[in-house]
Amino acid sequence: MNFGSHFSYAMTVFLMMAGLFVVIARGNLIKQLVGLGILQTSVYLLYIAPGKLIGGTAPIISAQFQIYSNPLPHVLILTAIVVGVATLALGLALVVRIRETYDTIEEDEILARDHGEPAHDGA
Amino acid sequence: MAITVIVLVRSRNLFSVVVMGGIYSFLMATVLVALDAPDVAMTEASVGAGMSTVLLLSALYLCRSEEAKSLRGLWLPLAVAVTTGGMLVFGTLDLPAFSDPAAPIHTHVAPRYLNDALRETGVPNVVTDVLASYRGFDTLGEVTVVFTAGAGVIALLRRRRNRKQAGPQ
Repeated sequence: MNFGSHFSYAMTVFLMMAGLFVVIARGNLIKQLVGLGILQTSVYLLYIAPGKLIGGTAPIISAQFQIYSNPLPHVLILTAIVVGVATLALGLALVVRIRETYDTIEEDEILARDHGEPAHDGA
Repeated sequence: MAITVIVLVRSRNLFSVVVMGGIYSFLMATVLVALDAPDVAMTEASVGAGMSTVLLLSALYLCRSEEAKSLRGLWLPLAVAVTTGGMLVFGTLDLPAFSDPAAPIHTHVAPRYLNDALRETGVPNVVTDVLASYRGFDTLGEVTVVFTAGAGVIALLRRRRNRKQAGPQ
């Protein structure tokens, strides 16, 4: 086992943790959704990378090629991408509604408003 | 790609965050091409980099585009992220190495599709075979999910428009 053989996993984990960090640490709802998107793309990488075979080609059957990458993760991730954009759209619609009701998209200000305190910007 | 992500995490201007997200998606699509997944890469480039960016920008148009300074400390989330990441990296040490032909993922179900899909369906692209032919019912479920999400978005945004019309009176 060397470093190169597991580099794709390490990269995946780094992206995943960057997304997780954004989701936990940032209070802005739109930024949290972008962070969730990064977390999601890292999962695409987690699925696709093990399916690759060096020297292989895309899984389109042709007489010229013998080795193909694994088609099943591709199918799963195609579904995941489409479902991901659907959830993103729904999340953004919720953000717009929250903006209408609270006039802010910062989590801290929403919590302050809920507890009956004046908002930080005085609005 | 890592640099893009770091800039994205640190940036407070939401417009640049969204644009960096688009760049990140395109880079991810390029990586997917390198990993022999052209179908996924095309979907990621069009849906991830295209549609998501448009959706985020239209949401930004309706909201304020500057992020306020967070009141919470950064060290606890950072510690959580680093600890989880460390444990995940430790877990990946037991996974098969990159591009190992003997890994379970290449020996179980995939060869059956690769060997028989062309004869059984007549379509050379195996991804399309599995998606539309073998697992067509799951794709129908996926369409249902997208439809439900669209219905939810319309329901949420329509209430808002009604209230706005009622507001000035």
